[in-house]
Amino acid sequence: MINAILVFNNHGKPRLVRFYQRLAEEVQQQIIRETFHLVLKRDDHICNFLECGSLFGGSDYKLIYRHYATLYFVFCVDSSESELGILDLIQVFVETLDKCFENVCELDLIFHMDKVHHILQEVVIGGMVLETNMSEIVAQVEAQSKLEKAEGGLSAAPSRAVSAVKNINLPEIPRNINIGDINIKVPNLSQFM
Amino acid sequence: MSDVVEQTLSVLPGLLGQHDPGAGPGGAGGPGRVSATSRLGSLIRSITALTSKHEEEKLIQQELTSLKATVSAPTTTLRLMKECMVRLIYCEMLGYESSFGYIHAIKLAQQGNLLEKRVGYLAVSLFLHENHELLLLLVNTVVKDLQSTNLVEVCMALTIVSQIFPREMIPAVLPLIEDKLQHSKEIIRRKAVQALYKFYLIAPNQVQHIHDKFRKALCDRDAGVMAASLHIYLQMIKENSSGYKDLTGSFVTILKQVVGGKLPIDFNYHSVPAPWLQIQLLRILGLLGKDDPRTSELMYDVLDESLRRAEINHNITYAILFECVHTIYTIHPKSELLEKAAKCIGKFVLSPKINLKYLGLKALTYVIQQDPNLALQHQMTIIECLDHPDPIIKRETLELLYRITNGQNVIVIVQKMLDYLKESKEEYTIINLWFIQTMNSVFSVGGDVVHPDIPNNFLRLLAEGFDGKEDDQLRKYAVQSYLALLEEEDALYPQKFFQVMSWVLGEYSSLVTDVDPEVILTKLHSLLKKTFVTSETKAWIMAAVTKIASCTSCSKTVDKLIQEFSNSLDAYMRQYAFELKHLCEDKALMRNLLPFDASCNDMVVDASLSFLDGFVAERLSHGAAPYKPHHQRQEEKLSQEKALNFEPYGLSFASSVSSSGVTGRQSPTGLSFGSDTSGNSAETGHKETNTLKLEGVRKLWGKEGYLPKKENKAGNENEPQTVSCGSLLAGQVGDPPASQSDQVASLSEEDKEKQQLASTLFIGLGSNAGVSLMGKADTATQKFKRKSKINETQNSEEASDFQNSAVSDFGPLLDTVPINMDDCEGNTHTRLRKASLCSSDIVEDSLAFETPQLLKKSGLDDRLSDSRLSQLSLFADSNIEIFQPSPSAQCESANKTPLVPSLPEELEELTHSEVVELCQSDALALYLCKVWTDDSLLLTVFVSNKTTSALNAVNLVFEEAEHFQILESPTYQFPVIEAQNVERCQKCVWMNKICTQGILSGSVNYQSEMETRLEFSITLSLLDFIRPMEMTTEDFGRLWLSLSNDVKQNIKMSSSQGSLSAALNTLQQKLKLCIIDIIGNEGILACQLLPSVPCLLHCRTHSGMLALWFRSPCSALPDGLLYQCQKVMEES
Repeated sequence: MINAILVFNNHGKPRLVRFYQRLAEEVQQQIIRETFHLVLKRDDHICNFLECGSLFGGSDYKLIYRHYATLYFVFCVDSSESELGILDLIQVFVETLDKCFENVCELDLIFHMDKVHHILQEVVIGGMVLETNMSEIVAQVEAQSKLEKAEGGLSAAPSRAVSAVKNINLPEIPRNINIGDINIKVPNLSQFM
Repeated sequence: MSDVVEQTLSVLPGLLGQHDPGAGPGGAGGPGRVSATSRLGSLIRSITALTSKHEEEKLIQQELTSLKATVSAPTTTLRLMKECMVRLIYCEMLGYESSFGYIHAIKLAQQGNLLEKRVGYLAVSLFLHENHELLLLLVNTVVKDLQSTNLVEVCMALTIVSQIFPREMIPAVLPLIEDKLQHSKEIIRRKAVQALYKFYLIAPNQVQHIHDKFRKALCDRDAGVMAASLHIYLQMIKENSSGYKDLTGSFVTILKQVVGGKLPIDFNYHSVPAPWLQIQLLRILGLLGKDDPRTSELMYDVLDESLRRAEINHNITYAILFECVHTIYTIHPKSELLEKAAKCIGKFVLSPKINLKYLGLKALTYVIQQDPNLALQHQMTIIECLDHPDPIIKRETLELLYRITNGQNVIVIVQKMLDYLKESKEEYTIINLWFIQTMNSVFSVGGDVVHPDIPNNFLRLLAEGFDGKEDDQLRKYAVQSYLALLEEEDALYPQKFFQVMSWVLGEYSSLVTDVDPEVILTKLHSLLKKTFVTSETKAWIMAAVTKIASCTSCSKTVDKLIQEFSNSLDAYMRQYAFELKHLCEDKALMRNLLPFDASCNDMVVDASLSFLDGFVAERLSHGAAPYKPHHQRQEEKLSQEKALNFEPYGLSFASSVSSSGVTGRQSPTGLSFGSDTSGNSAETGHKETNTLKLEGVRKLWGKEGYLPKKENKAGNENEPQTVSCGSLLAGQVGDPPASQSDQVASLSEEDKEKQQLASTLFIGLGSNAGVSLMGKADTATQKFKRKSKINETQNSEEASDFQNSAVSDFGPLLDTVPINMDDCEGNTHTRLRKASLCSSDIVEDSLAFETPQLLKKSGLDDRLSDSRLSQLSLFADSNIEIFQPSPSAQCESANKTPLVPSLPEELEELTHSEVVELCQSDALALYLCKVWTDDSLLLTVFVSNKTTSALNAVNLVFEEAEHFQILESPTYQFPVIEAQNVERCQKCVWMNKICTQGILSGSVNYQSEMETRLEFSITLSLLDFIRPMEMTTEDFGRLWLSLSNDVKQNIKMSSSQGSLSAALNTLQQKLKLCIIDIIGNEGILACQLLPSVPCLLHCRTHSGMLALWFRSPCSALPDGLLYQCQKVMEES
C-alpha cells in the first residue's frame, strides 16, 4: 500500500501532500521535513529508493522518489509494492499531469491544487493503485474539466439550465475496448455464480 | 421563483471575481467580493517572498483569521466557499490547523453543485480521519449521491467512500455499493470494487457475505474492474492463502492472457501489456504457491512464459522480471525455473543502473538461504557494492552479508557493519534501530565465537558516540532492546552478549526514564542466579548492578543481592557483594566514584600508589617486612623448598579482567589498563608473565588469530591508553604477514584485497566455498591478513569431505545441463598451461577466479575432481613443474595442425552456417555445419581423425530429443577413418515440438586403446526450421480465415526502421519470412515450419508501433515467432 505521496520543490516547500494513513498533523509535517532532508542530499544519479527507517513507525517502509527539474515526487510505500512499479507509476502520474496542464510546471501545482488532487485520485485511491492507464486517466480528467467549463459558462444562466446540466450524464468515456477482443476467461468460476 | 433569485445571487460574486481578478479594494469591501483565486495567488506569492519560518507563521495565521471570518459569514456563497476550501487545503498542507473549516467542507459537499461538491469531498478526505465525529454528517450526503442519476455524483461518492468512511455506517451504504457492481459503466464498477476493498480493510466481517461478488468482479468483462478486484484478493490471500487455492487456475489463465497480449493496446505501457496487473498477479501466485507443490505445479508454465516474454527493453520489464524471480523463489521450487531466475538475478546485480543493482542485491538477499551459491557467483560484485558511494546500496549489501553470517565470517562482516556505522553519521537516525537489531542478532547468533574485539568495538562506539543528540537515542534504543530481550524468561544467549547487555544497562539504563531501575535490577539479579552464567559474566553483571545502584537512592533488590552473595561460595562474588555493600553505605563516595557516562573520560591512576606511602612507612616503622614483588617471593620460596612447584598456574586473563571489572567505570576495552599500570600487585605480575609466554604462541596459533593491520592501527591511534592486551598482541603479529604479502604483489593491491575480503566473507557457504577457500587458503596461508584460526580448522575439515559434498550438491545440475566432458577437460588443460607460465601468486588468483566455474564441473567426473585436488595440493607446495608433462602437451600439438573440414560442393551452394567445432579428444575432433535446405535442416557432422593410425568402427549416435526428430536413423557408423582424415555424415532434422531453442545431444564411440565415448550437444533454434512460404494474396486470405490460433502483439519500432517496408524487410531477412503483399500501412507475410506447418503474419503500423498478428494451425508457433520478431526488431 502507498502510505503517502509527497511533492515538494527543491527548497522543501510542499506542493502536494496526501497521506493515506492517519497521522497527527505534527507527525505529517515532520515526515515531510525529514523526507526532504533525506532526498535532498542524494545525488541524481544514485538509486531512487530509500529506506525511511522508523519515520512511519515501522521498518517496513520505503521512499521511492523521482526528481523532475524543480520538484521531487516522493511515494512512501510498504513492502507490498513493487519498487520499480512505483517508480514508473510516478512517471505515469507526472506524464498525466503534463498532458492535463500542457507542459506542467511547479506553478500549475500551486494554483491548481484541487485539480492535481483530482488527477491523483484517478491514479491512486485510498493508498491503492486504481488506474495506470494514462489515456484512461486523462479521459476521466478531461470529462471532468469539460463539466467544469459547462458549469462555469452556465453559472450566470438561470438555475433551470444549471440543473439541466447537472443531470446530463458524463459523456461516454472512450476506453477503446473491443469486448470481443478481451478474452479474459475465468473458466473455474462458473460453479460459483 | 425565490429559488431562482437566490441561485442567481449566489453565483454573482463568484462571477465578479472571475471576470475581474484583483478587484479587491475597489470592490464592495467584504471579503466575499474579492476574487478568491487571486487571493490564493497573492497568498502564495507573499509566502514565497518570506524568509523566515516565523514570518510565514504570522502571515498564515492572518490568512486563517480572515478565512474563518469568511466561511462563517452567512452571506458567503458556495462558490466563494469553494475557493476558501482550496486556500484552507493549502494552509493545512503547510501544517497549520484549520479545524474551523471542517464543518464547512462537509456542508459544501452536501449543498454545492458538482464542482463545489467535488472540492468539498476533496477537502473532507484531506482534513478528516476515519474516526472523526464530523464524518457522520457526511453519510447522508454519500447515500444521496450514490442514488443520484448523475454519474459524476455517483463517482464522487464512491471515491470518498474508498478513501474515508466511518466503519459503523458501512451497513447504510453497502447495499447501494453492491448494486453498483452491476452498473453498466466500468468506471463505476471499478470504483465500487475499490470501495468494497476499503470496507474489507476496515471491517472484514461486514463484507463477509459478498465474497461471491468479489469473484464476479474478478471475471468482469472489463480488465480494469478485474484489476481492481485483485487488490481485494491479494489482501485476502495474504491473510489466508489456503482458502483461495481453487482460484489459482483462474489467476494463471488471466496472467497468461495478459502476458500473451490479449488486452486492448491501451493497457500497454511502453509496449508491455499491463505491467502493474502482471506484477499484482505474480504476487498473488507467489502467495498461493508457497509451500504447496500441487498449486505451484499449475503456475510453472506461465512463470516461464513471463520470464521469456519480459524481454528487456524498459524499466518496467525489470519490475516484472523481479516479481517473477521473487515468485519463483517463493513457490515450491522447480530447478529449471530456478536456473532461469538465477540468471535473471545476475542481470540485475551486474546492471550498471543503480536501481537495478539495488533490486539485484535485494533479490539475492531473498534467495540466499535457498541458494547460497548464487552469492558466490557474484561475490566480487558484492564486494564492490560494499564500497559503493550510495549508502543505500551499501546498506542492502550489509543486509545481504548479514544473511550469510556464520561462525567463520562473522568477524569480517561485523567489522564491515561497524565501519559502515562510523561512516554514515548522517543517516544516523534511520539506521539506529537497524544497527542495534543487527548487532543483537550477530551477538546471539555469532555467540562466543565472536571475536573479542567486536563487543569491545561495539561498546566503544556506543560510549564514544558522535557528539550529537542521536548518541543518546542510540543508547536508548540499545537499552530498550536489551530489556525486551531479557524480558523472556530463561532466554539463553552467549556469554559475550550477556556481558554487552549488562555493560550497556549499567551505563545507560538511566537514559530510559520510563523504566524503573528496580525492574532492571531485578532482571540482573535473576540473571546472576542462573547456572549458565559464567563467573566472568557475573562480574560484568555485578559491575552493572553497582553502577545502577549508584544512581538510585536505595533499592531492596540491591540489599537482597548483597545479603545473598555476601556468603557466596564464590570468592569473587563475595568480594563484589562486600564492595557493593560498602559503597552503598556511602552514597556520596559512590557517586563520586561512578559518575554518569564517564566511560570515555581519561582516568588518572596513581600507578606508584603514592597515597599509600604514609601507610607503608608507618608499617615499616612498626617492624613489618618490606614488600617483595611476587616473582621474588616465588623464587625465594622455590629456592627454599627446592621441590616441585605445586602452585597453580597463573590466573587466566579472563579472571583478571573480572577482578578489575568492578573497580572502575571504564570502558571494557580499557579494563586491562587498570591492572597493567598498577603493575605492582602480585596478581598482575603473574598475569604479565602469562601473557608474555602466550605472545610467542599466539603469533601463529592464538585464539585471536590475525587481525587486520589497519584496524589495529586505527585502534592504536584513537586510544593508545586503552588498547587491550589482545589487540596489542595482534598488532605485533600483524606485521610479518604484511611484509610477506608484499613480496608476492604482482596483482594490484586493491584487487587482491578485494579477493581476500571475498574469501573471508563467503567462507562456509555451501561446498563451493570450501573449495574456493581451499584454493586460496592452502596457497596463501601466510599472506592472509584477515584470517582466523577457525577458518583454518574448518578448511581442513572441508577439504576432507569436499569431494563427496561437491558431487552430491551438483547432482541435479548434471541432469539439467549437459556439460561436455571433453570440453571441460580441454578447459582444464588450457588453464594448466597458463598456470605453468605464471608465477605462483598469479596461479593463486586465477584459481580463485575459476573455482566456482571449476566446481560446477567437479561433479562430472571423479577423475576430474581427483586431478584438481591434487593440483591444489601441488599449488600449495608451489611446485608447478610437475604439471608440465601433462597430456596438454599432446593436446597442444594436435591443436597446431587442425584439420578444418569443408563442405562438399553440392552443399556449399546452399545457405549454411560456418563450420564450428563440437568437441575434441586426443584422437578425434567433431565439427558441425548446419545447412538450411528447403525441406529440412541438414546437420553435417565432420569427424576428423587426429591420430596417426586409422580408427575403426566409429559410431555416431544422436540421443532422442523432446523437440526434434531425426529423419531416418539416429545413428551412423563410419567403418573406418583413415589417419589424419575427415569423414562426414549428414542428418536431416525436423522440429517436432515447438520451442525457441533446444539442444540435441549425442555421442561418438570409438575404439582406440579402449572404448572411448565423446559427447557433444548442438543448439538448434526455431529459426533453423522456418522457411519462407510463397502464396498469393487470395490464398493468404483464404488460409487466414481457416486458421484459429492467433497471437497479437504491438512492438515499438525504432526510428531506424522507420517505414513498414523497412520493418518487413528486416523480418524477411532475419526470420526468413516471405512478404506476400504490402497495402498501405498493412503488410502480410507467410512462412512455414518444416515440414509444412504454415504461419501467417499480418502487420500494421500506426504511430510508431508495429502491430503484429500471427495465425497458425499450431498454437505454439505464433508465440515462438512473436518472440523472435521482438528480438529481431529490437536488435535492428
